[in-house]
Order: sequence, then structure tokens, then C-alpha cells
Amino acid sequence: METLVTILAGVLVTVATYLLLSKSLIRVIIGTAILTHAAHLLIMVLAELKTGTVPIVGEGDPVDPLPQALILTSIVIGFAVTAVSLVLAYRTYQEIGTDKLDELRGEPDE
Amino acid sequence: MSNLIVMPMALPVLFGIILLFLRPYVKVQRGLSLLVFVANIGISAYVLHLIQQNGVLRLDFGGWEPPFGILFVADSFSMLLVLAASIVAAVCLIYSFSSVEPSFEKNFYYSFVLFLIAGVNGSFLTGDIFNLFVCFEIMLLASYVLIVFGGKKRQLRESIKYVIVNVVSSWIFLVAIAYIYGSVGTLNMAHIAERVAENGQTATLTVVSIVFLTVFALKAGLFLYFWLPGSYSVPITPVAAMFGALLTKVGIYAMFRMFTLIFYHEPQMTHTIIGILAGLTLIGGSIGAVAYKDLRLVASYNVVIAVGFILVGLAVATPAAIEGSIYYLIHDIIIKASLFLLVGTMIAVTGQTKMDEISGLIKNHPLLGWLFFLTTLSLAGIPPLSGFIGKVLVGEGAVEGGAYVLLALAFISSIFVLYSLMRIFLTSFWGETIISKDEEAPAKKGWSVAMCILALGTIALGLGAESMSVYVQDAAETLLNPQIYIDAVLGEN
Repeated sequence: METLVTILAGVLVTVATYLLLSKSLIRVIIGTAILTHAAHLLIMVLAELKTGTVPIVGEGDPVDPLPQALILTSIVIGFAVTAVSLVLAYRTYQEIGTDKLDELRGEPDE
Repeated sequence: MSNLIVMPMALPVLFGIILLFLRPYVKVQRGLSLLVFVANIGISAYVLHLIQQNGVLRLDFGGWEPPFGILFVADSFSMLLVLAASIVAAVCLIYSFSSVEPSFEKNFYYSFVLFLIAGVNGSFLTGDIFNLFVCFEIMLLASYVLIVFGGKKRQLRESIKYVIVNVVSSWIFLVAIAYIYGSVGTLNMAHIAERVAENGQTATLTVVSIVFLTVFALKAGLFLYFWLPGSYSVPITPVAAMFGALLTKVGIYAMFRMFTLIFYHEPQMTHTIIGILAGLTLIGGSIGAVAYKDLRLVASYNVVIAVGFILVGLAVATPAAIEGSIYYLIHDIIIKASLFLLVGTMIAVTGQTKMDEISGLIKNHPLLGWLFFLTTLSLAGIPPLSGFIGKVLVGEGAVEGGAYVLLALAFISSIFVLYSLMRIFLTSFWGETIISKDEEAPAKKGWSVAMCILALGTIALGLGAESMSVYVQDAAETLLNPQIYIDAVLGEN
């Protein structure tokens, strides 16, 4: 199971890298979101997948609850960052009139 | 246990939220946010004093004892940085009062400044590595918003790059946290340090430490500074000053914490890499500082040079070098804010951004000119200003450690700093006055007040180095003897 999820995380990183390297701004932002989720899977795998019961006292040998807390926090942060970057991308599109990254270079005289 | 430790982060967060509801009352917003920073200055000075008497302080949130809960740890190093950050934030706020457009003030400008400082202070104080990540994100989210205040094309364009670079580096941070949790099974920094010391820093852990190094190098602009000049030169002046003074310093702080507390067992590997990167940063920053004519880019490359210089101290890691780095870190927080405010004022007054389009400024603005001169001297490290003591001690440490190449690079870079700023002084302040007083945008009183406070700060820090030395020595001792920190966190309360 661990191997499978690790491979899944790897696939997600591959997909995210492909999206990050594309020219469209929206694709790049979706790429960053997928990248973060790959990291979440990695945290889950490195702390070992389901090995026990729910982490409540008296319910037998529990799983480690900490990685889930970390992932939850990180998902919330990732959500906020994605929201902010989407707003930024939209404003940039409104102002500059393009969502292509190669047209967002500085002017030659700068 | 002292509840005061949480205040430098809690007060800004709390008041940042309160200010959201006070949107139309700009005066109240100004007053409250300044009050928060003044209170933080007082609190951090008092806590710094407490640490000298009681040793390293900690606060376990919710009463969960370490290593199970999240905690804040205040040692002299973090408290000195909180103090410097609060002073700079207060000064930038005073500058904002008279420079920021009213529409920004009504659109939550002060709230985001407070959130930014909350994130900065939280990163300095936290004793948990995941909490460090969270504080980084608070700081970065606020900075994503602050960088585009104004909504100019240039700002939006650069902010996109800034956001994407930082999101990717945050991702590397998460991966590093996953690795460290997978290999040592804890996230409390003192607990990690203890376990690494007990079991030895294996090859795996050294690799993890390099992943951490990559993250903090991206945040601090250590060699991976390609994003820095672009994004630090676009925001409005007080925001640029806070970015230049504080954001890279958080990365530097994290690097110091990591490589003195946890990963100090394999210095021939990790510290050598830091040394090489610091040397390359000094070279790259120096070339950048003299290559451009845009005032803001020159100032941004000066930030890069300072990052390299401070990390020379960490790479050498002798007591003198660490002490020098701490002095230089505090000096640099104050003087970089001063430099960015001065450059921003020059641009605001003349409306030009390139140095050869500005000339003879000193005739109409003698105070601005002499403050710029003072800042130049302080950055170059001329005694009795504040840059001197840090440079001497880092130099001394580099000689002790036998790192002669780094020593040479560090001091040659100082000459580049001096040259790059003297060039601005000579072309923009001297020469024929091409712009008459009526054509200029009027300079406001608040600007000179803010810059004079920082100039006094650099003089005071230079002359009062002796009285500071108690705190700096204590900070260096805690960094060099990780056991003090570990005992304070994991010992009985």
C-alpha cells in the first residue's frame, strides 16, 4: 500500500511539474495546487499508512494522528494560497491583458 | 512559563482582525497599529531582560508539555530579532502614514502589515518546525497582498513570479518536514535536535538537512536570489522597506536555527555548502549592485550581498563569527529599512527611478542627502556606525576558522556596496540641480521623521555596541551550545 501511494505521489509531482512548466498562468496555479497535494500524500506515507484504530484512548493500538493534523493545516493554507494566486492571476489578466507567462517579462529598458 | 512571549505574534493578529472592522476610521487604524508595534518593542525589550535573569523562556500552548504540544521558545537570539523587527515595523508604519494613498488605508493596508509582522515574529519565536512552516505562510500570504498594493502593471507582473517561486519553495519545505518526521518521528525542534544528537547525523539526515537548506536558501535569497531583485523593487516604499529589512532575515534566522541546533554534526558537509553558496551570493550580489542604474534594483542587490555576508558567519561557525553575524543581522534589519526608505523617497520626490536622471538633489533636500551618506557609510562598515562591529567580528571568526577565501569575498563585497551607493550619492545628490523645487513632489515631514529614527538607530547601535554585547553574547552562546536550548524546552518547567 505504501509503495502504491508513493508512486501516486510521484505521478502527482510529475503532472504538477508539467503544468508548472507550461505558459498559461491558470495551468501553473493548478500545478501548484497539485504539487501541494503530492506533498500531503508524502507526509501520510512517511508516517506509515493505517496501522491501527482511531486515535482515541481505550480503543486499542491507535494510528499516529499527527500527520493528519499536519495535512489538514496544510490543505487550509494551500486553499488560501491558491485563492490569492487566482485573484492575482485574474487582476493581472485584467491589467496586462494576457495570461501567458512569456509575455510577463520585464520591459527591455528596465 | 511566561505568557508575554506569545504577545509579539498574538497582538498583531488580534489587532489585524479588529482593524478589518474599523475600515472607515483611518485615524483609529493608524493609532492602533502603531500602538501594537510600540507595545511589541516594550514587550520584547522586557522579555530580553527576563531571559538574562531566568534563561531561555518557553510557553506551552494549551498546557501540552513538549514534545507533544506546540510551543514558543524565546532565547536572546529570537528576542533580539523580534525587537529589531518591531522597531523597523513601527518606523515603516510612521512612513506609511504620510506616503500611502488614502484608498490603500481603507483597503486593509494596516491589517496586512500587522499580519506580515505577526508571521515574522511567529517564525522567530516558534519552537516547532511545522509551526515555523505555518508562520512562514502567514507572512507570505500577507506579503502576496502587500506586494500588489497599488495594482500597477509592473507590480502585478512581478508578484506572479514572487508567488509562484514562494509556493514552490513552501512545497519543498513541506517535503522536508515529511522527511524529517519520517526519519526522527517528531516535529519539536529541541526534540529533533536531541534525537539527532543521540542517534548521530546519518547520511539520510544530512540529505534532509540539504533539503531544508534549499528551502531557506530560496526564502533568504542565499544564492537562489534570482526572484529577489524583481519582486523587492516593485512594491510601494514602506512595504519594500519591510520586505528588504525583514523577509530575507526570517529565512536567515531559520537557517541559523537549523544548522546550529539540529544539523551541526557534519559541518564539513553542510557548512561547507553554506560557505560556497555564501561566497557565490556575495559575488553575484556585488555584480548586480554595480550593474544597474535603477535605484530600487541597486538597493535590492544590496540585500543579496548582506545575506551572503551574514551566512559567512554561519559557515565559519566560530564563536566570534556567530556573534558578528548576530550583530550584523540586527544592523542589517535597521539599515536596509533605512536604505529602501531613502531610495523610495528619492524616487517619490523626483519621479525618476534611474540614478543618472536625478542630479543635484542635495540642494533642495540636504537632510535626505546626508542621511543617504550616513546609510552608505554604515552599510560599508565605517566605525562608529553599526555595520563596523559585525564586520570586524565576522572577519575575526573567518581568520580563526581559516576561511580566507570567504574572508576576502566578504570584505571585497563591502567595497562593492560602498561603490554602488557612492555612485548614487555622487550622480544623484551632487552635480547640477536639474529639477527646481516647484517641479518636485513635496516631501512630507513624516518621511524625514521615519528616516531620522533609523539613522539614530544605526548610530546608537554602533556606539552602544558595548551595552548590547551582553544580549548578543548570550544569543551566540545559546546558538553554539544547543544543549542550553534543548534543556530549556524539554526540561522541567
